[in-house]
Amino acid sequence: MKIILNGKKENVQENITLMDLILSKNLNPDTIVVEYNLNIVKKEEWSNTFLKENDSIEVLRFVGGG
Amino acid sequence: MEDKLVIGDVVLESRLFIGTGKYSDDKMIPKIIEKSGAQVITVALRRMDFEDKSENVLNYIPKNVRLLPNTSGARNANEAVRIARLARAAGCGNWIKIEVISDNKYLLPDGYETIKATEILAKEGFVVLPYISPDLMVAKSLVDAGAAAVMPLGAPIGTNRGLKTKELIQILIDEISLPVIVDAGIGKPSDACEAMEMGAAACLLNTAIASAEDPVLMAEAFSHSVKAGRKAYLAGLGSVSKYANASSPLTGFLDSIENC
Repeated sequence: MKIILNGKKENVQENITLMDLILSKNLNPDTIVVEYNLNIVKKEEWSNTFLKENDSIEVLRFVGGG
Repeated sequence: MEDKLVIGDVVLESRLFIGTGKYSDDKMIPKIIEKSGAQVITVALRRMDFEDKSENVLNYIPKNVRLLPNTSGARNANEAVRIARLARAAGCGNWIKIEVISDNKYLLPDGYETIKATEILAKEGFVVLPYISPDLMVAKSLVDAGAAAVMPLGAPIGTNRGLKTKELIQILIDEISLPVIVDAGIGKPSDACEAMEMGAAACLLNTAIASAEDPVLMAEAFSHSVKAGRKAYLAGLGSVSKYANASSPLTGFLDSIENC
């Protein structure tokens, strides 16, 4: 199925969770923040959040800035 | 003498805030924090680049340093609020530097949108430090909106041009009850010193250190200049006059010999 990840279309398997997606990208859950369909989702809820067709997911992290 | 800066309910010893952008190598950040003595440091929030394997900037910032995430990238109040909530959800505290910019040439902040965002976020329990043009009416509105400080620019971001807005910043210092933190434009330690002599509560700078040939040494130089300026402000500057006032006694030393 198709989702939008950081503004780009991406094909993922059916029935995967946010946590599956994060881990498939080799990301450290402690260093990122996730917005799921414009709602912030806490790390504890990633494993219970099943992705659906056309979901929009933003994965963000801190970078250098002034 | 006790001279502490209080922002929200946090007591700070250091009046130099620094940024983490534009370093040729983020590995120098711990040394820069150490030499600057900064206790507050800004970071930005961005989309993850899944191909980028570089170290997370947070890994270079000691845990005892307070993070001040900015809302850079926000073009209106709603975007700033969204970024602020995400930054807080990332688990790095409730301080936020509001930065709402829709002008890409001068990167000047949008006062109206900044006030709106400040009002919303202060009600949500954020400690809000808004980046503004040094405009007295905007600053007064921010006091009413619940800001914890105001951060007027000395010159456009990243220009190293110094305190071009000096007169207007002085008005904010004189009229606004919140800490006035000069943010943006400071290029030299003498600029920071001057801001502190004027009564600014603190200085926030990034480019001046990051673009120096030796950023670590420059961080140390700024640490001294901010302290010097603060002490000068507390000491009270002497009066300025047009004509000379002799520093040594003018009684006739040589005359008295001739007259013997």
